[in-house]
Amino acid sequence: MDLNILWFVLIAVLYSGFFFLEGFDFGVGMLLPFVGKSDTERRAVINTIGPHWDGNEVWLIVAGGATFAAFPGWYATMFSGFYLGMFLLLLALIFRGVAFEFRSKLGSPVWRYAWDWGIAVCSFLAPFLLGVVFTNLVKGVPIDGTQMYTGTFWTLLSPMAILGGFAVAGLFLLHGANFLALKLMDEPRARSKKIGQTAWMVTLVMAGAYFTYLMSGTTTFGNKGTGVVIAPFAAVFALIASRITTGAKREGWTFALTGLAIVLTVASLFIALFPNVMISSTAAVNNLTIYNASSTPYTLKVMSIVAAIMVPIVLAYQVWTYIVFRKRVKADSKTLTY
Amino acid sequence: MDIVLLSRWQFALTIIYHFFFVPLTLGLGWLVAILETLYVVKKNEMYKKLTKFFGKLFLINYAMGVVTGIVMEFQFGMNWSEYARFVGDVFGAPLAIEGLLAFFLESTLLGVWIFGWERLSKKLHAAMMWLVALGGTLSAFWILVANGFMQNPVGYNLVDGRATMVDFSALLLNPRAWYLFAHTISSGLVTAAFFMLGISVYQLMKKQDEDAFKFSFKLAAAVGLIATLLVVVSGHAQGIFLREVQPMAAAASEAHYETQNPADWSMIALFDKTGKKVIWEIKIPKALSWLYYFKFSGEVEGMNNVQARYEQLFGPGDYMPLVALDYWMFRVMVGLGFLMVALAFVALLFARKFPPKWLKAMRWLTIGIALPYLANTAGWLLTENARQPWIVTGLMKTENAVSPSLTPASVIISMIGFILAYTLLMTFDVILLTRTARKGLAGAELEALPADESAKEEGGY
Repeated sequence: MDLNILWFVLIAVLYSGFFFLEGFDFGVGMLLPFVGKSDTERRAVINTIGPHWDGNEVWLIVAGGATFAAFPGWYATMFSGFYLGMFLLLLALIFRGVAFEFRSKLGSPVWRYAWDWGIAVCSFLAPFLLGVVFTNLVKGVPIDGTQMYTGTFWTLLSPMAILGGFAVAGLFLLHGANFLALKLMDEPRARSKKIGQTAWMVTLVMAGAYFTYLMSGTTTFGNKGTGVVIAPFAAVFALIASRITTGAKREGWTFALTGLAIVLTVASLFIALFPNVMISSTAAVNNLTIYNASSTPYTLKVMSIVAAIMVPIVLAYQVWTYIVFRKRVKADSKTLTY
Repeated sequence: MDIVLLSRWQFALTIIYHFFFVPLTLGLGWLVAILETLYVVKKNEMYKKLTKFFGKLFLINYAMGVVTGIVMEFQFGMNWSEYARFVGDVFGAPLAIEGLLAFFLESTLLGVWIFGWERLSKKLHAAMMWLVALGGTLSAFWILVANGFMQNPVGYNLVDGRATMVDFSALLLNPRAWYLFAHTISSGLVTAAFFMLGISVYQLMKKQDEDAFKFSFKLAAAVGLIATLLVVVSGHAQGIFLREVQPMAAAASEAHYETQNPADWSMIALFDKTGKKVIWEIKIPKALSWLYYFKFSGEVEGMNNVQARYEQLFGPGDYMPLVALDYWMFRVMVGLGFLMVALAFVALLFARKFPPKWLKAMRWLTIGIALPYLANTAGWLLTENARQPWIVTGLMKTENAVSPSLTPASVIISMIGFILAYTLLMTFDVILLTRTARKGLAGAELEALPADESAKEEGGY
């Protein structure tokens, strides 16, 4: 296996980590006004992800940085081509990020109410845009022979990409509901479970439709033979299994299974994409690949050494934080931090 | 409007804004870690309250630094795709390593620090803040390694029109990066020290929690004096090195046009409206040689000479940056730097016995919180502008670095969006910081909702 393949896999792993972890953060954010009916309950909802969301978001920063370092051509074409989409994603991440920090620091009901809805809207917008971006990588966008994007903002908003946006947002919402069921107590917990059951149905339909659309409407899936369908089928299967564990009141398993469905979704897209990193709808020769968009072997080697040392360390202390904060969060204003 | 100019404005605005928050994070993390360690060692609740109070201010500021930092990472690709393609092989690595090695540590453990007061032992909890401060400092190092390459490219080869990395250790040991690092970290400590001084003196005026704020004043004054001196030393050392590797930038910061030996120093100058020609100035003979060599002789290359050399090397073109901006930003930065040395010294004198007579004069230190911010901004305007017209000195011009797929309309949309969002957030940030700072140690606690609202909430919204 050469280093270009290794880095393609590593970037897929980084995005999977980001989607798994920040996925439930986004879901929790979307559900905030619906699961928390009083200020204290909403604080409890925020406190479930409070210790983790910032560390989770770094997965995106590292994934972006790794894309820059390992595949500068990919990074350059994707970020400049999807300019306005990236801009909207930044706005969503900016407001959501400060919202957690700012919300509970003023004792004004209007202030808190506004931030709560800000969190909900931005927590939807960010995964929606990420879904649009990743779908477009697989679906293909107009790229010329100099690796330059030649479409417009509207080119990105095809029905397939929009469906992708909703499917990703739906998956995250479900994942978030399952996380809250695992982390909250009493009424908010019951509410999360109920929302989770409805969300499961909708998400399953959207995910199924999304994968069907991808398989029938893209060359990446279409030209790959039967192997490429394994991951999407496994993702849908994980989703179905999560309903069974919900029925059996195994909250931990349910959460793990929706997480698995998310990881398998990311894996589906990357497997279909390989060895390309961006598909050109203009001409197949213009595709960005792990070779024509990559850094030199020397840089990849340096980065591989750094990653081999640092990724296990980061994983270790991030797992430790989940052990430290493993207890359920009670909606009691005396024990809440934020 | 062309996309180069628009993108430059957007990058300048977003990076200046981002760097309002970064220096305080860099410095205040260490100060909060010191306060918490004192609490652990001396078991005095006063230190815990100070830790929580300044910790809360740290957090409000930190959140803004994080979210505005993501914008920077994205923009290299969004607006400067040709730059990203050209240097990605070299420049991407430190950015990615920054995330893996530093930012992960800082963000993850800060979450543990905020929520872990009851769940960790006191020692382990204090260790979290030390690691957060370390993470921030490492973060600055890797970013400055990346920036150091733009200023003084090392450890690379040009292959097929791209800069490719051939020596990672040369990249890490780039002296330009280390000067930037020393200067930035000490400026961060100055920013935090003046922040703490200003707030402490405000509380002392109000006679609120006097013992605690006398202590924080003393700590800040001591750190402030050491850090301002470090800023001066690291800054001057950087300036001397700058003449060797970026002679145009160095000469522009002093409006030094003709090569001279010994070289005269321009103390004050006025420029014509191109900003590149001096129309009036006061010069001190031989002083520039002294500044570089500590003696009244020694050649200092002027901009005209560098221009001629660059034309031979790189072809015809204007290789002079906007001299007036560099010249004046340099003077603002250095002037404020020396003012802060003096203020920190006076503050330390005051902190020996806190004579009540002095207190009235000391309240100016509250406004003094602004000084490091102005100096930091001036310093980066100087650094980034003096490199122009290059985005990577001698390798790539800024005008060739922009994303060709951009349209002016999309950059205008994003720029207006950033300006609106950032103005709104700055307003909120300042409101939160001042409200928290005013309350004194009690400000460390979360505000409760008004009593009638809390009663109402039982019934739900």
